[in-house]
Amino acid sequence: MLRDAMLVAGKDLRIEIRSRVGLNQIGPFAIAVLLLFGLALGPDRQVLAPASAGLFWVAVLLSTVLAVQRSYAIESADAARDGLRLSGLDPAGIFLGKAGAVLAQLLVLEAALTVGVALLYGAHLSGGLVLVAACAAGTLGLAAVGTLYGVVASGLRTRETLLPLLLLPVVAPVLLAATKAWDAALAGAPGRAGGWLDVLVVFAVLYVAIGIVAFGPLLEDG
Amino acid sequence: MAPAVRLHEAVALAGRFPLLAGACLEVGEGEVVHLRGPNGAGKTSLLKVLAGLLPVHSGEATVLGRDLVADRRAVRREVGMLGHQSFLYEELTVEENLRFAVRAVKGAVTGIRPVLDQFGFTSRLASTPVGRCSAGQQRRASLAVLVARGARLWLLDEPHAGLDQDGRDLLDGLLAGSRAAGRTVVFASHELERAAAIADRIVHLAGGRVVELPEPAEPAEPVTGAPAHVA
Amino acid sequence: MSTQPRALPSDRAAVALRVLGVAALVGVAATAWLGLFVTPPDEYMGNLVRLLYVHPPTAWVAFLAYGIASVASLLYLWPRTRAEHFDRLAGASAEVGVVFTGLTLVSGSIWGRPTWGAWWVWDPLLTTTALLFVLYLGYLALRRVPGEFHVRARRSAIAALIAFIDVPIVYFSVEWWRSLHQAPTVLNPTTHKTYVHGSMAWTLLLGFVSFTLVYIWLMAHRYRLAKLQDLEDTEGLEIALAERRAEAVVG
Repeated sequence: MLRDAMLVAGKDLRIEIRSRVGLNQIGPFAIAVLLLFGLALGPDRQVLAPASAGLFWVAVLLSTVLAVQRSYAIESADAARDGLRLSGLDPAGIFLGKAGAVLAQLLVLEAALTVGVALLYGAHLSGGLVLVAACAAGTLGLAAVGTLYGVVASGLRTRETLLPLLLLPVVAPVLLAATKAWDAALAGAPGRAGGWLDVLVVFAVLYVAIGIVAFGPLLEDG
Repeated sequence: MAPAVRLHEAVALAGRFPLLAGACLEVGEGEVVHLRGPNGAGKTSLLKVLAGLLPVHSGEATVLGRDLVADRRAVRREVGMLGHQSFLYEELTVEENLRFAVRAVKGAVTGIRPVLDQFGFTSRLASTPVGRCSAGQQRRASLAVLVARGARLWLLDEPHAGLDQDGRDLLDGLLAGSRAAGRTVVFASHELERAAAIADRIVHLAGGRVVELPEPAEPAEPVTGAPAHVA
Repeated sequence: MSTQPRALPSDRAAVALRVLGVAALVGVAATAWLGLFVTPPDEYMGNLVRLLYVHPPTAWVAFLAYGIASVASLLYLWPRTRAEHFDRLAGASAEVGVVFTGLTLVSGSIWGRPTWGAWWVWDPLLTTTALLFVLYLGYLALRRVPGEFHVRARRSAIAALIAFIDVPIVYFSVEWWRSLHQAPTVLNPTTHKTYVHGSMAWTLLLGFVSFTLVYIWLMAHRYRLAKLQDLEDTEGLEIALAERRAEAVVG
């Protein structure tokens, strides 16, 4: 299973490096979201800075939808699932590989967004360890649920609208917990983030486990 | 010897529409079978069922000794399929695609070079992203994947389409050498003459079933298809 | 538990269903009458307390429906208990559940406006209910995608579990989130403890019971509808098979 996962993750990442869609499209999209939030909430940094954590994570959530859709779009256009199924790979391995590739891309994106948030909203970056931990655990949960719902949506004609509808409500706890953890860190009180990090870890572990079990049947259907 | 493929009254559905409405077929190991029939007769669906891609709603289906009704996934590593669309990744080179496909079935990566040579992929061409290859080259790459993976059953849907003369000769050569290579081939093709020359047997499909047709006198044509099984 | 071989419920089942419907209707009417006219107004909330007989019962049904949809999905996925009726049960429960969830949100909002001065407060239960509403909608959207029965059923069941396992996590996260914010007491929903006693208690109980009866009645009808649709599909399959085979008659 793990070897298949490495194979799939490597393949997905290699395609990303070649095509640079993440760099050229998803990255700018996320930056645009930050800018739009800035426009919407006003130039006053007194308003933006405290909201930085929440806005950061909303931008990440929206980018997750795009990243997952891209993850499935690279499989051959019409027969996304047929190709994966014919390959003979272990479905759990495919799940871990695809989620892992999405995770890697999102982490890179988050690094850029962190700089963006500091620059645009005047967020004071402190409590770095907590920031990183929240990103790691939170994004893992996002990648897991995203990859899972992504395979459900990939075979359907309404996939572009169905995926966000399915994904975003379920990851609401990740948004909440990650924002709170970041709030604590940015406010200079990283100790308060402990419980929230626990929530993120529980969520990630839970949905990775569900994914390993459920991805196979979902891949086969349709 | 157990047949490589055995279908008995197999029904496959797409929603409410029966793609296969009770197909019966037996193919021995090493046989090359040509599927013929009008559009919509179910040729592609039959190939998909044999690949384990389409679930069998009712009836029996056994491929390479594995029961498809019980577990569709088991056959996938030993079966190779060539469809209308290629299952190659466009951003990866021909060689990378082959490496991926071979490693997916836990095959030996060292065997790739000879296969690339066999299919006429120079090292320059082999390092070209598939998306930039011509349609014919993509087809040849897909065939190369089948050979490199060592699939025991080949399911080909219109394999000659998109191939140039050299490619077609290459394909015919591979099909002709199937029995020696221990490989079973089931292919659907509208190129009747070429197919007739290389196929051991012709099977007619219509209305989602294998049918018997009165065969007009044609030179060196084997008798049509498997006899329609009585339920 | 085996599926009924006949499409229509037997006579006894039809009668039982009708009795149930009448009982539900009577129960709801009685709750309304008692709630509006007989029970006294509350010390603090005045007549607003009468929403007490509606809001908690609808919330209860919303979450009951969620529980049943989750369990039914689980039973469908478990190989030993896999049966078509569990999938239909899950779908029916979700449809009825989404309606009651909507009612819960509306009644909660109406209660909130005079009480807390806002149409919406981020109270843990209300927020979780709102998210449940959206989760239901996503689940129902997925069910509407056409496909073969078992394909659709398995896909929906897995999606249901992914979504519904989330609800407890959401609830605890939001509850913790809220507890960190010291809202002014007038806005805090828990400071006004209404002492429920006497006729109020009975009315409340009647409310719970009658809304549950409504749920069961709606479920029974929705389930039957789903069963009929599936039967029609199966017969349609026989016809489709015959037509398909007729194609094989080559001229």
